[in-house]
Amino acid sequence: MTGAVEFDWEWVVEHLDLIGALLLDHVILTALAVGIGLVISFPLAVLAHRNRRLFPPITWAAGILYTIPSLALFALLVPFTGLTKVTAEIGLVSYTLLILIRNIVVGLDGVPADTKEAARGMGYTDRQLLWRVELPLALPAVVAGIRIATVTTIGLVTVTAIITEGGLGQLILDALQRRLDFTRAFTGASLSLLLAIGADVLLIGVQRFLTPWARGRVLAR
Amino acid sequence: MISLRNVSKVFPGRGRPAVGNLSLDVQEGETIVLVGPSGCGKTTTLRMVNRLIEPTSGEILVDGTDVMRQDPVQLRRGIGYVIQSIGLLPHRTVAENIATVPRLVGWDGGRIRERVRELAGMFRLDEELLNQYPSELSGGQRQRVGVARALAVDPPVMLMDEPFGAVDPIIRGRLQDQFLEIQARLRKTIMFVTHDIDEAIKMADRIAILNIGGVLEQYAPPEEILREPANDFVEEFVGSERGLKRLALIRVADIEVEEGPVVQPSDPVESAVGAMDRFGLDWTAVVEDGRLLGWVDREMLRGTQKVGEAGPRPFSAAVTMESSLREALDSIVTSRTNVAVVTGADHQYLGILTVDRVSREIVA
Repeated sequence: MTGAVEFDWEWVVEHLDLIGALLLDHVILTALAVGIGLVISFPLAVLAHRNRRLFPPITWAAGILYTIPSLALFALLVPFTGLTKVTAEIGLVSYTLLILIRNIVVGLDGVPADTKEAARGMGYTDRQLLWRVELPLALPAVVAGIRIATVTTIGLVTVTAIITEGGLGQLILDALQRRLDFTRAFTGASLSLLLAIGADVLLIGVQRFLTPWARGRVLAR
Repeated sequence: MISLRNVSKVFPGRGRPAVGNLSLDVQEGETIVLVGPSGCGKTTTLRMVNRLIEPTSGEILVDGTDVMRQDPVQLRRGIGYVIQSIGLLPHRTVAENIATVPRLVGWDGGRIRERVRELAGMFRLDEELLNQYPSELSGGQRQRVGVARALAVDPPVMLMDEPFGAVDPIIRGRLQDQFLEIQARLRKTIMFVTHDIDEAIKMADRIAILNIGGVLEQYAPPEEILREPANDFVEEFVGSERGLKRLALIRVADIEVEEGPVVQPSDPVESAVGAMDRFGLDWTAVVEDGRLLGWVDREMLRGTQKVGEAGPRPFSAAVTMESSLREALDSIVTSRTNVAVVTGADHQYLGILTVDRVSREIVA
């Protein structure tokens, strides 16, 4: 029990490979979760946008998933999918759905009616209207949703350490098992935080790049 | 050509039809204006032509083909469409907005660029404007882009729903003039909707006045609607100042100008006085070699030998053969001499117009 609150730089330097691998793992787990979340959310959001009656049941289902405590969800899943990446991803993805669906619907709803009317009157098909008009204009709200989902997921990934995955969460879990090793705990937590901030800033940049017409206006709602 | 035959539209859940048994023809190259109070179904009628709304019964023919037998998307690409709020795509530049329909129908890039440049010239849109986004434009510029966009593939038929509604009256007047100029060259078949009778009178070859429920009250050229309103509804809708509005539609060239007192600068004062006496006036026009120099009155001629010595004063306002009688009347009531002097090219003197002469046109 020596120097519980001393930061051991030597340990960090010696374990750069490990830290790098865990960081990469963390990024992959997050990107996969948000990516799969988008693939699932997008059609559901378009469906809910086009057919208002479907909006309450879809958000209700996503809301249920969102409210299940993460530890409980993993406990429920492990008997079926084991201590695997699949288990971790099912949990992570299910937490992104509510945020993403709601933001995509908000974005699509925010497209001005006269823009759609004019586009339809000029001969856009429904599909062209969605991809060339509604989606580009919904982009700021969609990216805002992706930002929230990404930051939330980066935090949640650390929890998945308990099922042997978890990227930087592994360092934190190790620290807990080693009577609160400060160096491991601090390295894991601070890198996870920096990753979240970095991802957020990156996404703001991506949005600015993709929506040149909206520059100078409020970026996220 | 557009042809509506017994067209009705009943929106579900509403007992009264929005449009009831409407029949209406628009000739090729003609601008017709649908006008009426809100609830008269004018916009509904317009939107049925490009199938944004489908008629409950009846037939709509565009160039002889029933619109219900055409693919709505193809139909719309072939008809120019402008709405009041314009609906420019906010994420596309002005050039991209104008190129919308050409791109949808698959023109190649070179042809699109050329057409965009042509339309920008026609609507006096600056080159640098083409790369801006709609949010960076003024209201008037937006409306011009909207109309240019609707003309992009040179469609023979245009539907315009209050296209100049969203700007202030001065800009609106300018946009109307500019569009009339362009339409005089292009001769599109246009169905135009407005609630503003003055805009209808200005833009229309024929006006269709609709009552609540899409009932056609009168369908006639503006001059006829002002001269002979078909019934009380039309008379009330057309409103006061019918006479003045009609005067706006008649050009000086359409009527005979009057002869007035005229002298040369070299004429002696006596002949000037004689000319005034003959017309019962106390002034006379001074003309040299057919060109109008101005006017002199008895006061100015006192103590001079020749008319030229009095120094003729210019008329404050002269009207031309192209002026409307309304402009002539304005010139009459604002001039000291109480006449409008009509001049041709290069100040050529043609005659005068008096209140009596102009009002005879209203009473006639």
